Amino acid sequence: MKPTAFDYARPETLEEAVQALGSHPDAKVLAGGQSLVPLMSMRLAAPALIVDINHLPGLDHVTADASGVRIGALARHADVLASADVRRVQPLVSLALANVAHPTIRNRGTTVGSIVHADAAAEMPMVLQLLGGSVDVVGSGGRRTIAADELYVAPLESSLAHDEVAVEAFFPALPAGSGVAFEEISRRHGDYAMCGVAAVVAVEDGRVTSARAGYLSVSDVPTVVDLTDALAGSVDDAALARAAEAALAQLEPESDIHATAAYRAHLAKVLTARVLTAAHDHAREE
Amino acid sequence: MAENTAEKIHDVRLEVNGVTHAVAVPARRLLSDALRQECGLTGTHVGCEHGVCGACTVLVDGRPVRSCLMFAVTAAGSEITTVEGLAEPDGSLNPAQQAFRECHGLQCGFCTPGFLTTVTAGIKENPCPTHEEAREMVAGNLCRCTGYQNIVKAVERAAEIARGDAPAAGPPDGDDGGLEAATGDTEVARKDDASTTGLGA
Repeated sequence: MKPTAFDYARPETLEEAVQALGSHPDAKVLAGGQSLVPLMSMRLAAPALIVDINHLPGLDHVTADASGVRIGALARHADVLASADVRRVQPLVSLALANVAHPTIRNRGTTVGSIVHADAAAEMPMVLQLLGGSVDVVGSGGRRTIAADELYVAPLESSLAHDEVAVEAFFPALPAGSGVAFEEISRRHGDYAMCGVAAVVAVEDGRVTSARAGYLSVSDVPTVVDLTDALAGSVDDAALARAAEAALAQLEPESDIHATAAYRAHLAKVLTARVLTAAHDHAREE
Repeated sequence: MAENTAEKIHDVRLEVNGVTHAVAVPARRLLSDALRQECGLTGTHVGCEHGVCGACTVLVDGRPVRSCLMFAVTAAGSEITTVEGLAEPDGSLNPAQQAFRECHGLQCGFCTPGFLTTVTAGIKENPCPTHEEAREMVAGNLCRCTGYQNIVKAVERAAEIARGDAPAAGPPDGDDGGLEAATGDTEVARKDDASTTGLGA
């Protein structure tokens, strides 16, 4: 399986990249290529022009401060995962990244690329949405920030304009008194999950003040649900079961070759209870 | 289905195992194919060609990367190491290669180039992998012959050889603390062997 022929641009500045993207209606950005290249090899994608941004300067940063984590478009998953600052400021980013494919794929794949690839089976789009992060993009109209909840418009479709390049992702810091957890189930180690769930739980004076969960591979877009009401009392088995039911009521699990909708629903329920428990424990440690 | 109408050819300089290869390739030429066809380095094997099997793994600037998920044109400017570039300058086996031979970490050998590149980089990054970390190190590489037991042993053995602290012959034998004492003679022989091949340094 080989890709179809395409034109190739290797811009050296962001302006050149934007210009190249604007020059053809069927142009596509290549960063890590760990999703795009297999799609092209399988001929599920056949862009006419590849704009290879791997050689643009100044886009491989991974920084963390009190406000949150900023990840440049050319930072590889492995670089982000290796950052102790990222783990400290927003541990959910690191927890999720450890589940992204295999180390070899993480050496090449980029976190920002994964985010704008907008695959509902991928970890980082869901985490960005759950944490209320954002993506900075640059296009012919200049630079703008797209909030995560305005980023995912349809399966495998982001709200980036055709000539826009995502240059940075921002994940807000974990506030004091909040905890996070992530868990996913896949058929084989490193595969796409059949179901993955992350949770952020905020605790104040022993009470849960906010509980949200994000779901990957359950629906065809990354999905976040608010489960605060279910955990507003005490966090016990009954409350967790209520939360899992409440979550499921807002999800529409789908069937595919990997799992039936019923099995996905089961996994979503079980994982919801697990990650809420773990995030609640984590919040009380913080 | 391929459109052969005047596909543009790019002149690309690939740095592979310390040698510059000036190649002329279409943009869609995968790095795996360029290594095999243009550079004549057929040690890099092509298995699934969509990033799952790991047979085509090479080192790009020292890190394991799937060469089937990179275009040759984008690899220009990077230093690439294939399985052919793993042996020491004098031709002796590097610790990963030596360990795979000692531990019988291969049968048909198709997947082996990908394992060797992955493990060579893996034990540099983590010189003392636990059993779990050794398994994780090769979790992205498929082998259809061995059942992985000897491959994981080879990872642990490769780390030992690279550290230079465990000259026991044969595969590591679980947590048998008596192994080194029991193979004292072999130990000496191995050390001599290492000094003549330059691997002991």
